[in-house]
Amino acid sequence: MTHFLREKHDRLVERARIVQTIRAFFIESAFLEVETPQRIPLNAPEANITPVLSDNWQLQTSPELAMKRLLAAGYKNIFQISHCWRDDERGRKHLPEFTMLEWYRSHYDYTQLMTDCENLFRYLLPQAQINYQGHTIILDQPFEHLSISEAFERYTDTSPLQAIAEDRFDELIAFSIEPQLGLKRPTILYDYPAELASLARCKTGHPELAERLELYIAGLELANAFSELNDPEEQRQRFSKEAGIIPTNGSHPNQLPEPFLADLQNMPPAAGIALGVDRLVMLLTDSHSIDQVVAFPPEDL
Amino acid sequence: MYNCSDLKKGLKILIDDEPHVIIGFDFTKPGKGQSLYKCKLRNMVTGSLFDRTYRSGESFKPASLVESDMQFLYQDDSGYVFMDQKNYEQIVLTEEVLGDDKYFLVDNMEVKVLMFGERGIGLTLPIFVNLRVTISDPWVKGDTATGNNKPATVETGYTLQVPAFVDEGTLIQIDTRTGEYVTRVKE
Repeated sequence: MTHFLREKHDRLVERARIVQTIRAFFIESAFLEVETPQRIPLNAPEANITPVLSDNWQLQTSPELAMKRLLAAGYKNIFQISHCWRDDERGRKHLPEFTMLEWYRSHYDYTQLMTDCENLFRYLLPQAQINYQGHTIILDQPFEHLSISEAFERYTDTSPLQAIAEDRFDELIAFSIEPQLGLKRPTILYDYPAELASLARCKTGHPELAERLELYIAGLELANAFSELNDPEEQRQRFSKEAGIIPTNGSHPNQLPEPFLADLQNMPPAAGIALGVDRLVMLLTDSHSIDQVVAFPPEDL
Repeated sequence: MYNCSDLKKGLKILIDDEPHVIIGFDFTKPGKGQSLYKCKLRNMVTGSLFDRTYRSGESFKPASLVESDMQFLYQDDSGYVFMDQKNYEQIVLTEEVLGDDKYFLVDNMEVKVLMFGERGIGLTLPIFVNLRVTISDPWVKGDTATGNNKPATVETGYTLQVPAFVDEGTLIQIDTRTGEYVTRVKE
């Protein structure tokens, strides 16, 4: 056995246990496990995500579009654990091929997905405590809820809109805000500026905000959730806007995922969430780097 | 040219026409946001350290550096003068560039000089250098604070700890990587 694989043995065993526990949780919660193709004609256009090309098609950056088409066809509560690919994303918390857990609920909104998250974590960790890189995070209290504007007020010298105008939003989130989140109990960061959530529904009465949230534990971004946009016309406009600012997204720069847009008019109000399984395993095995929790980072192939 | 996905520890790039080496690197990307490449950089000429964050789409010129075999000739008011062993051209390194390496230079010593264009910006010394002790007080028995060691100064002005038995006038070997005493040299 190769030396680096031998060192990972205990973490890979724990990883298998975590994935099996996730599956048991969703099956017990009356979700249907689904499988959708990983090689697809076109992903949802997103300005900051570059798909990996495969012949003239793309590898999925997320199973989102196919899962929403299942919602549109009447499937109510569905989940999937699948590999996703995002080109050129490589770092301590990033692999260009990674494992994503996504689940969707019809007739729910994004706040109710947080209850799912709280229940999932308590199911995974009956001891209700995580020890990660020197932090102790308690799970038997309600998660902390922090709006984006509260987070900017607390941890930066500016406001979210000012930061977007000055093109500093991502830097402030990454370097000033994220490292402070979820250090004692998990933090839910919510109500993002609408322009940062192209697949999310806008908040009723607040068109400048999107019903989007992110879950952070010990400074790690674990999950991203939306109340899903189900207005095909608005979705088409938002996709076109995203597609317009993508520098190079492969061979079909001007095409949109038409079958998805056609099905969207039949999709009931719904909410969906994507959780990075590799990062969850990092967190539960106290691993500093994502390389420690997968058998083969690309450099070892 | 390099782009952001080439950035990694050890890469040498030009910033404001000066060579810099990446000594720390982290990729991050907040949810749905842009890729951010956070680099800790060292200016290879001045030694100054700083952080800088780059984003996809930026590009970088490689800093081309060569190591040349040179011989140390002498020190004068202009600095420390070296001669290229291949083309016999002379170059001057300043005290600032040499740092503590200046204490280990002996006339005619063969070294490697890191060249950035026409400028010498660094030095690789031989691992061991022999230098003569010029000042060292006799060891005082019972001085437990320093164990069996005592301070000594060598001909270049460098001060280090040596064993009690090393007297003034002794030739000693020093490890240039650590600056520490190795052994007495038989003459």
